[in-house]
Amino acid sequence: MMNTKIKIFMLVLTLLSLCGIISPAFSAEAADDQFQKGLTLLQDKSFEKKEQGIELISTSGSPKSYAVLSNVLEGNLYFTKSGENFVVAELDGGDARIKDILTDEDLGTVKKRDIKKITINNQLRGTLKAAIAQLDLTSPDKNIRLAAVMALLDNISPESVKPLEKYLKTEKNSDVKEYLHIALALAGLQDSSANKRLEALGTLKGALHPAVKNAVQQLLDKEQDEAVKHKAETILSSIEVTTAWYGKLETIFFGLSMGSVLVLAAIGLAITFGVIGVINMAHGELIMLGAYTTYVIQQLMPNNIGLSVILAIPAAFCVSGLVGIVIEKSVIRFLYGRPLETLLATFGISLVLQQAVRSIFSPLNKSVATPEWMSGSIMINPVLSLTTNRVTIFIFAILVFAGLFLLMKKSSLGLHVRAVSQNRAMAKAMGVRAARVDALTFGLGSGIAGIAGVALSQLTNVGPNLGQAYIVDSFMVVVFGGVGNLWGTMLGGLTLGVANKILEPWSGAVLAKILILVFIILFIQKRPQGLFPQKGRAAE
Amino acid sequence: MSLLKPIYTDKPGMILLTVLTATAVIVPVFNLAFPEGHALHISTFTMTLIGKYLCYALLAIAVDLVWGYLGILSLGHGAFFALGGYAMGMYLMRQIGDRGVYGNPILPDFMVFLNWHELPWFWHGFNWFWFAMLMVILVPAALAFVFGWFAFSSRVTGVYLSIITQAMTYALWLAFFRNEMGFGGNNGLTDFKDILGFSLQNDTTKAGLFLASAIALGLGYVICRYITQSKLGKVSTAIRDQESRVRFIGYKVQNFKLFIFTFSAILAGIAGALYVPQVGIINPTEFSPLNSIEIVIWVAVGGRATLYGAVTGALVVNYAKSYLTAAFPDAWLFGLGALFILVTLFLPRGITGLLRKKEGQ
Repeated sequence: MMNTKIKIFMLVLTLLSLCGIISPAFSAEAADDQFQKGLTLLQDKSFEKKEQGIELISTSGSPKSYAVLSNVLEGNLYFTKSGENFVVAELDGGDARIKDILTDEDLGTVKKRDIKKITINNQLRGTLKAAIAQLDLTSPDKNIRLAAVMALLDNISPESVKPLEKYLKTEKNSDVKEYLHIALALAGLQDSSANKRLEALGTLKGALHPAVKNAVQQLLDKEQDEAVKHKAETILSSIEVTTAWYGKLETIFFGLSMGSVLVLAAIGLAITFGVIGVINMAHGELIMLGAYTTYVIQQLMPNNIGLSVILAIPAAFCVSGLVGIVIEKSVIRFLYGRPLETLLATFGISLVLQQAVRSIFSPLNKSVATPEWMSGSIMINPVLSLTTNRVTIFIFAILVFAGLFLLMKKSSLGLHVRAVSQNRAMAKAMGVRAARVDALTFGLGSGIAGIAGVALSQLTNVGPNLGQAYIVDSFMVVVFGGVGNLWGTMLGGLTLGVANKILEPWSGAVLAKILILVFIILFIQKRPQGLFPQKGRAAE
Repeated sequence: MSLLKPIYTDKPGMILLTVLTATAVIVPVFNLAFPEGHALHISTFTMTLIGKYLCYALLAIAVDLVWGYLGILSLGHGAFFALGGYAMGMYLMRQIGDRGVYGNPILPDFMVFLNWHELPWFWHGFNWFWFAMLMVILVPAALAFVFGWFAFSSRVTGVYLSIITQAMTYALWLAFFRNEMGFGGNNGLTDFKDILGFSLQNDTTKAGLFLASAIALGLGYVICRYITQSKLGKVSTAIRDQESRVRFIGYKVQNFKLFIFTFSAILAGIAGALYVPQVGIINPTEFSPLNSIEIVIWVAVGGRATLYGAVTGALVVNYAKSYLTAAFPDAWLFGLGALFILVTLFLPRGITGLLRKKEGQ
């Protein structure tokens, strides 16, 4: 019984693979017959019969096989009481809208009790998944084929060797080929000959898929042959070493990602602090305004999420920048030379801004949609994949930093800003309009905060407390990196981010943060001017 | 006679102490002597509310001592206040005994809930009142001493000092939210039953606590007044105005700073310890960096470097807060924010400064 089944299976697969996809030259009648027989078996109450049915359908080569099997798996396939039609049904109360799966003909609405669902159990679910994966292997899309091979890795059996070998012969794509090799090797591990197992292990060297590790582990548990055992042990340990290495790489990536957010949040603060020598406590709220700007723009163009995020960058820069200039002109300007008072006044501004946002947008968090090109992840290998939005924000942070750096070093505004921050009186004597430079610098720093808000809106929910969450961290970065030094802020932010993520696994997120804070407090004792202190007389 | 000179030469201070004494007598008496519904009755709610304000006023004096007279803008006094409060809360927690929900005679409810079987080492001793009171003083003092030792000897000043005090507060805030810390996590310590055997639900006990707060405030004020009028106070004012010059003359600036900062932390801790039994709860939100900044604004509103200004500011701002949060819940943050801005811009000497100006001195 089993034998004939496998024979048919192999025969069909051979033909399938030879013809590429389903060829019309294939004996259509025989296939139809088999397909029909399979369908009839699906109607049976016994799960064993259903299993046979599934295998008949999957090997029949009928173009409808995929639709039938996937619908059975999802529990959408029904058959009419008369037993003539197989239908996909949409239930609506006691009624059901049904559609014939073979002809795609709409059969209208019937009573729910007139149709009967094809039920499955867990074992059948496994069979179905494997069968669908087999069908996927013939797909023209290489990504579907790749996913199919990967799905097969988890429950590979010696029976799948022959068909896989056939696929291997026709497969052109190198990725799919590689995984087919791995699948075959996994099957080879179950071979009765020790040499074959040894050979299979050789192929598996360097493979990182979790299924490989599991399979080698399982082999090791029951293996008798010393040579194989030894080889399996070396492979397992090499897999573990590589996985651990990639794990570290991932931690560093997470750290850099967190660091880049810190840099974005802190860099505007570094500019304003560097020039006017005061900490702007409303900086966090300027970030929040940037995030809300993103939200508003997205509400205005809900059908164009991707564009809205791009547009939000200049918009947030303008909104936060203008608010910043207003703050400078109306409050801070009067408080120069009294840094502690400025700290209090800007704190007051932060409270007002928070409450304003709360009154306008409600205190609830808003969620900002992520554009498609920023969602998903980039898979480097089976144990290391990087989320696209974090990669994007990292690159974005670098770009913002580079732009700001150029602005400060190459433009005349940057020249004036540096002049004023180094020696205000002398700069004024040379004809720099210090008051204007102050306002513009403050606007620039605030605008950068707005841009940081756009980036943050892609990572967290947007709410009135968004700014508060980042303000203390931003200070720490600026103070750690050294005031008025862009490189210091960059390096400081990235270092703190990475350090935080390295500590996290063994201390937990909150404790990691506390440890970092304590570290910074101690660090400032040692180097009150930060990593890169300002040099010369201007520093005092 | 000369011993009392700093007190009777301080006219606003005398007014303050008189009003305080009157309040300390009138409020509890009117609460206890007149039955509810009587025209002269002061409700227990009002009494507790004023008691709370008195604790805040003591806290404000502590901040004024370091900010007004020493030039250190501490954003960590909320943390010292909360630490004192937690020490008191731990004593009150142990007093609950087996009357908790789980009826465990040793472990507070939250520990039973977390499946702990033993009292953590740092909870031992808190069943004695004297030990808890010692801790109310020692814990904030120790933190302030160690922190100040590092900060002042490496000459961290100005905005940097403010930022690291805020970092300290922020770190403690995060830490106390953790359940593993053993201080009740998010919920903090609450459900207190009695203090020194007196039930906290009793009006008499509440009146006693009110009286204690008033006395603490009065004593705190007098001691701070003595400090500021003494040579120590003169040196600290000099440090505020010209730190390096004082150092060049030969004073050990860091020791002066350390002493006043630590003393101020103790005052804040005591204020916290009196505050907790009156409000009946202590939780990590007391550590929030916002609270610490708010204390500074009380002092700024009242007028710094005057002590009585700090008391006035604490009372006025907190009364306004109670009123506004009840009447216009949305308006409070606008009001507080505007207060920050307006006071720093237009009232650098605070309300009391304005009054002094009117008197035309």
